[in-house]
Amino acid sequence: MRAFDYVAATRVDDAVAMLGAGTRCLAGGTNLVDLMKGGIEAPSRIVDINRLPLDAIEATPDGGLRVGALVRNSDLANDMRVRRDYPLLSLALLAGATPQLRNMASVGGNLLQRTRCYYFADTAFPACNKRAPGSGCGARAGHNRIHAVLGASEACVAVHPSDMCVALAALDATVVARSRRGERRIAMTAFHRLPGDTPWQDTELADDELVTAVELPPPRYRRHVQYLKLRDRASYAFALVSAAVALDVEGGRVASARIALGGVAHKPWRATDAERALAGQAAGATAFDDAGRRALAGAVPLRDNAFKIGLGERAVSRALTLAMERSVS
Amino acid sequence: MNRVIGAALDRTDGVQKVTGGARYAAEFALPGLCHAVIVQSTIARGRVAALDASRAAHAPGVLLVMTHENAPRLPQGGRAGVNPPAGRVLTLLQDADVHYNGQPIAVVVADTFEQAQAAADLVRATYAADAATLDFDAARATAYPPAKLLQGPVDLHRGHFDTGYAAADVRIDATYTTPMQHHNPMEPHATIAHWQDGTLTLHDATQYVSGVRETIAKVLGIDAAKVRVISPFVGGGFGCKGSMWSHVALAAMCARAVDRPVKLVLARWQMFGPAGGRPRTEQRIALGATRDGTLTAIRHAVISHTSAIEDFVEPSSVPTRMLYACPNANTTQRLVKLDVGTPTFQRAPGEATGTFAFEVAMDELAYALAMDPVELRMRNHADADPQDGKPWTSKHLLECYDSAATRFGWRNRDPLPGSMRTRDAWVGYGMATATYPAHRQAAQASARLWTDGTFIVASGSQELGTGTYTVMTQVAAQSLGVPPASVRFLLGDTALPRAPVSGGSTTAASVAPAVKAACDALRARILAAVVRDPQSAHYGVAPSELAIDDGRIVAADGRSESLAAFAGRRGVPLDAAAESKPGDEKTTYAAHSFGAVFAEVRIDPWIGRIRIPRIVGTYDVGTRLNARTALSQLRGGIVWGVGLALTEESLLDLATGHFANASLAEYHVPVNADIGELDVTFVDFPDTRFNPLGIRGIGEIGITGVAAAIDNAVFHACGVRVRDLPITVDKYLPQARA
Repeated sequence: MRAFDYVAATRVDDAVAMLGAGTRCLAGGTNLVDLMKGGIEAPSRIVDINRLPLDAIEATPDGGLRVGALVRNSDLANDMRVRRDYPLLSLALLAGATPQLRNMASVGGNLLQRTRCYYFADTAFPACNKRAPGSGCGARAGHNRIHAVLGASEACVAVHPSDMCVALAALDATVVARSRRGERRIAMTAFHRLPGDTPWQDTELADDELVTAVELPPPRYRRHVQYLKLRDRASYAFALVSAAVALDVEGGRVASARIALGGVAHKPWRATDAERALAGQAAGATAFDDAGRRALAGAVPLRDNAFKIGLGERAVSRALTLAMERSVS
Repeated sequence: MNRVIGAALDRTDGVQKVTGGARYAAEFALPGLCHAVIVQSTIARGRVAALDASRAAHAPGVLLVMTHENAPRLPQGGRAGVNPPAGRVLTLLQDADVHYNGQPIAVVVADTFEQAQAAADLVRATYAADAATLDFDAARATAYPPAKLLQGPVDLHRGHFDTGYAAADVRIDATYTTPMQHHNPMEPHATIAHWQDGTLTLHDATQYVSGVRETIAKVLGIDAAKVRVISPFVGGGFGCKGSMWSHVALAAMCARAVDRPVKLVLARWQMFGPAGGRPRTEQRIALGATRDGTLTAIRHAVISHTSAIEDFVEPSSVPTRMLYACPNANTTQRLVKLDVGTPTFQRAPGEATGTFAFEVAMDELAYALAMDPVELRMRNHADADPQDGKPWTSKHLLECYDSAATRFGWRNRDPLPGSMRTRDAWVGYGMATATYPAHRQAAQASARLWTDGTFIVASGSQELGTGTYTVMTQVAAQSLGVPPASVRFLLGDTALPRAPVSGGSTTAASVAPAVKAACDALRARILAAVVRDPQSAHYGVAPSELAIDDGRIVAADGRSESLAAFAGRRGVPLDAAAESKPGDEKTTYAAHSFGAVFAEVRIDPWIGRIRIPRIVGTYDVGTRLNARTALSQLRGGIVWGVGLALTEESLLDLATGHFANASLAEYHVPVNADIGELDVTFVDFPDTRFNPLGIRGIGEIGITGVAAAIDNAVFHACGVRVRDLPITVDKYLPQARA
């Protein structure tokens, strides 16, 4: 870890005033501190934002929910309004990490979590376009069992690691960001980027912007939801594939559906084609299997991860099936 | 008094451990302590062309940057310690050569750890890299026989394999592979080196204090009497702390150079490479049997990898030589050299990987014969050691099969793969035989009666979390006839009587007899002194008429006095010491532990999610010294078996020679949620032919057989035979769909 300046901010405007290239915000620190220890992140200045008043969960005028960026993952997952109105989000949060990590990790930090690609996370590897632009991609010819099958580029095959973000993408959440230029709102589905030829940019957030909140639209999917996470051990492992699904069902037919996948792409992968195809269909195995196939359409395997395509299809259809079986708690 | 040996006594160090009172190697706060961080090579083979340490040397707090250019020259280029007890080929900054990715190329010493780490990041190396050999598959053609094998001949040829194989009615021939693994104890390697007046004190996380003492003395070219190694608690070893690795010597070299105590703790990612790991194995097994299941031929050809600088053999074929009766057996061990850090002993080296391959092959044979896998094993039970016909010291494997099969409900198994289903899972039952050899070495112990009637009993052994403090306290208390609470056991210090390595499941069977002998001798001295004490109630009585029971000296006629009263009157301590060593029992007998392990797996047919709701094992391990710690040892071993079967694999990057998943987030050891019910029992036959207490060690047998039992259960569940560990979803789900 390199030496850095440390500033603790108490007002949002003060924090925002300090942001820029070379500065990182410290919230729970569950990802950033590890990356700093490993030399992957080497900020010259840390702005500790833990004292900012961004830890509230509040109703919005339109009937949605505004979640402050500093709300801890465990608090969000167990908030009664979230459990009642956005159970998909609660399920996804509880599938991630461990209780200790969830107690520390913030919503804003979770949005900005960096990939678990082996070649990014270890500076002993010379090649990583995300960490060292232009150095190449160690994963393309290396160990790529955990890597992307959708939306990857020649430059980068890394996947986004968050569970929470997959649910937020499915739920059409909005990220609220502040900078000295003011506040802007970014749709969750547009917040994370595909790698293209600029894989070092994980998100649309600029260096001088601070995530202040995530907003959820008025609740629509309270009952038929599921977050299914498939991984190499029963807990404390990142998803090989995960599926966040939500169904609005009327009279046995799907009125509307939301489907997003984790572990398959550089961002939470919203399967809009599958969603559209499901609308109007009888809620059952035929439609769900078809949705699974559509969700993975266009997938391109690497040497070690072809299994993710079939597994992703099945995760989607199983999640839809489980969503139908789920009773309201 | 009730028997103390075998009781489920609480760990005597339990309170210390859970309250933070137990001090581990890195936790000795010596005055003037400074901190060292190792800089590692990022190439696998070649030379350091240039090393720019100038920025590091001028960084805040830095006391020393040691490189191959300024490191003190050691005897024999740093290779003086390569021989046993704990010696390995080390990389100690004696030249510019690089033999593996992760090799130490510099050590930075600073006032604080943070300063040392920050400065280490400033060291810049450029290399003249040579083409490295990293691909096991590509290197296979260069496989060669090692010069020696610790466990016997490199190759075994018994009878005539070809004749037996030709005579078989049923044959199987398959190749099994196991991956590179790393031990990952909770406590990383850690050393504090401290020189005072030419004497070196090491606080070291080690499984072998006296081995480290002798090895470091040879490496540095000093008298072993000038070295003291202290290690009261070790946070898990599993074999990686059985040898002395480079960081120990580097810490000592740095401490001498800066003339201050130096602490060197490996980061988690530094545990992958420079300090050993389980080598990859490729094991081809051919079995032949007659229609009734009698084995007629066994072939087990093992290739494992080693480093460019040293041969280490993973002896996977060794258990195959003795596990079943078969007149014709042919086993071989070959090595391929890769440009990686030298692999080493990892929990049940040979047995863990070997029983996976061989016991899966036995399951394949059982299916080929349409015979029950338990029946096949009982049919081929070895009544004597098949290698030389020696009788066993004690063997009750048949009882283990019976006991475990009954508790498991094996008879409810429909052998047809895929035939047992619940609403949402394929159910699989699998089993395997477990085995591990019994080892014993010479050990010394001392015992002292203090004037307050309490005892100090000591042996320079180690506590790896295994329960050494507790079980030796029990052995001493029973011998002395006193409550365990009046005995304090000391270990982990070369100033104490010498004990062997805590590896190879050796400690209990070696140290306990020495502790018993020392305490027996002290008890005799106490009684001899009591009868000469005019103030004693037993004055003038024959010592043979006296016993010590529950802390009182008791005569045959019922008169008694407290030991504390005698000790207080005496006013000076009373001492005894003893050595205990194996006799000629191994020339007459073969000594092994055995077990039978059964696993149930459930696989979701749609998404492949695998769960192991229960594992049932029964073990024949001789006397258990403590019912609680014995259970923990076996359960822990089984958990390791689950990791071997399902999750653990070190991913070697073939472009760089660097391990890709060198963290506990990405190297998956099982978590609690992966472990279901573990039903472990013992058959409890003391093995008094092996040692007076009837003990065989139990640190390793738990891992053996488990991966095979799980693999066999996976086949039974879904009809896919996975021959390559770990068993991950990509290796059975796509195949099972067809």
